[in-house]
Amino acid sequence: MSTSVEEAAPKTVPILLKRLKPAINAVLVPLLAVFTALVLGALIIVAAGGEPLAAYRGLFEGAFGSAKALSETGVWATPYIFAGLAVALAFKGGLFNIGAEGQLAFGAVAAAWVGYALPDVLGVTLPAVIHIPLAVGAGMLAGAIWGAIPGWLKASMGGHEVINTIMMNYIALNITSFLLNGPMKDPSPLNVVARTPRIAESARISPVFSGFRLHWGFILALIVTGIVWWVLQKTTLGFEIRTAGANPDAARYAGVSVPRTIVVTMMLSGVLAGLAGAIEVTALNYRHELGFSVGYGFDAIAIALLGKTHPLGVVLASLLFGAMRNGATRMQFLTQIPVDVISVIQALILLFVAADAIIRWIYRVRAREERLVLTRGWGG
Amino acid sequence: MDWRRFGFIALIILILIGVVVLVGGTEVSPIVIVMSMLATTVSVATPLTLGALCGIYCERAGVVNIGIEGMMLASAFFGWFAAIYFNTILGVSAIPSLIIGVVAAILTGGLSGLLHAVLSVTYKVDQIIGGTVINILAIGITGFLNRQLFFEKGSIFGGQVPHAPGVLPRFHIPLLADLPIASIFEQQPIAVSAIVLVLVTHFVLFYMRWGLRTRAVGEHPRAADTVGINVARMRYANVIIGGMIAGLGGAYFTLESVPSFEPLMTNGRGFIALAAMIFGNWLPFGAWASALVFGAAQALQINLQFFREQIPAQWAFLQQAYVVGLVPYLLTMLILTGIIGKTTPPAADGVPYEK
Repeated sequence: MSTSVEEAAPKTVPILLKRLKPAINAVLVPLLAVFTALVLGALIIVAAGGEPLAAYRGLFEGAFGSAKALSETGVWATPYIFAGLAVALAFKGGLFNIGAEGQLAFGAVAAAWVGYALPDVLGVTLPAVIHIPLAVGAGMLAGAIWGAIPGWLKASMGGHEVINTIMMNYIALNITSFLLNGPMKDPSPLNVVARTPRIAESARISPVFSGFRLHWGFILALIVTGIVWWVLQKTTLGFEIRTAGANPDAARYAGVSVPRTIVVTMMLSGVLAGLAGAIEVTALNYRHELGFSVGYGFDAIAIALLGKTHPLGVVLASLLFGAMRNGATRMQFLTQIPVDVISVIQALILLFVAADAIIRWIYRVRAREERLVLTRGWGG
Repeated sequence: MDWRRFGFIALIILILIGVVVLVGGTEVSPIVIVMSMLATTVSVATPLTLGALCGIYCERAGVVNIGIEGMMLASAFFGWFAAIYFNTILGVSAIPSLIIGVVAAILTGGLSGLLHAVLSVTYKVDQIIGGTVINILAIGITGFLNRQLFFEKGSIFGGQVPHAPGVLPRFHIPLLADLPIASIFEQQPIAVSAIVLVLVTHFVLFYMRWGLRTRAVGEHPRAADTVGINVARMRYANVIIGGMIAGLGGAYFTLESVPSFEPLMTNGRGFIALAAMIFGNWLPFGAWASALVFGAAQALQINLQFFREQIPAQWAFLQQAYVVGLVPYLLTMLILTGIIGKTTPPAADGVPYEK
């Protein structure tokens, strides 16, 4: 069908535009999904007795209106990029990792422990060039373990990763509560909150520009995005992940060990989610506090789908979600619309991205690309 | 559902009850502890049973539903909101408001079922993604409305959470409930209706034409289509019925268990219900038995609270909520590994039907 459309197009169409066509097509439906969700969000704001235009202007100003706003949008987007990549990578491997939340929490706990306790345990002062990689690496390791367990359960025993990763979110939440209220609680006399002590200066990742909170973790997120793209597209491992995801039988015939690939995919996914938690601790909060991450894991699912599981798409979707979360505070300040309306709009975006047939029907956009294979049923 | 499986379930429940008897047996008579554990088990298993039944209706018709959690959360909120609205604003007395609340919860569940059916049957969205959409949408909407309706200035309740009309009263079954050890027979209406629905679902699925058609659509939709069964309509109807049952399960949280709403209060119960459904091999009685295991795990946590002084100091940390609280989640993962034998989902589960 696509060939006939291209043949019918006049020959004067510039080659550049023709080259861009697939790219335009790829972003068209997500953009329309965002637009539709914002329109419905406006209706909700009206129903809540607010002015949608004023609210959205506040949202925009809060997200992009000044250098500080831009910096904060980047700060918000950083964990979204890591966690979104985690979910997207798993999707590429035909796995649905709903457990980014728990992997992120453990990544944060591990990084925090290395950050505040390791120098005392070892009895040495660590220079930043060693301490920062150790803390971040510990977070990656914790995320890897927490991600690999459901992968192993699926590969060896057929336990479905969707339920197992969700269960492990709750287990991680319980264990984190236990640690932050008990052994790892900040012992300073005035503290009543479930949080760790502050990490050592030597474990802290610095801001990019002085006076702004935007930190090198954001730059790292962009680099990691490139690495994930490279691994998926240019390496044997990436080929194995994608083949096992798209067609496990074909992968088996091609000599790929599907169980091993499942474990590796979930482990790498966990590494990325753990990185999200570790960077939040080492570059932003300088400690882990209970409840700081509630929702990142679920937002990451929406981001991965909005970005069509493409690493670059994940970055764009993360910037959008980061901008919305960041701008929401100013919106609430200006128009008294509670920030929670953003959660509804983001859920609607997810709805329209998932059910792109609705968007195609509303705007009469023809389906051209092949459908993404995301997950399979209980299978067993 | 084989006997090995029921044996495993009975064993786990016995162990969980045994732990409480061991801890508190010196203080309180063991019979009282056992009866209290059983009563709590049946009560807290209610949303799990109803969630699992919702899953059975959907998946027997061939639609995977991981949105049960969101369906219950949304129903819990809207049921509670309706009850409060009728009680506080319209001045309806407590019991009728609660009944209206239950009806509103069931309607909310039915609507969320309709949404899931539209996504998965009409638009053929990946059903696990569709369920996740419902979960995230429910978190967003209930969180926003909870803030907007009850905590913002100028809201209809004047910016504060109004007095709830209480919870549904206990049934007092004559004779049975008069027995001295019979607190297990004193249950609230949703808990009782969950058990009734287990029986009804079993009857509908295996002794009625509706059930035969539903199972045909879930096992081999093309064959069902060939003999004139409307696959899409059967799937729509079953997912909506399932949603309404999940809605009743949601009502348990805010109208029967506690008279209040908290964001995220379903706390994973919808997912545990799915595990109960899988472990119960997509059978109503199997799902109910599995739900009771999780109920017992939760009852352990609740009943241990009464005996905190009896626990030896070196084991005291186990009694903390976030340690005992792990048991249901670990149990879920354990039984899903299939070490107690594999289960078989309906053959066309999760596959959209293309004519």
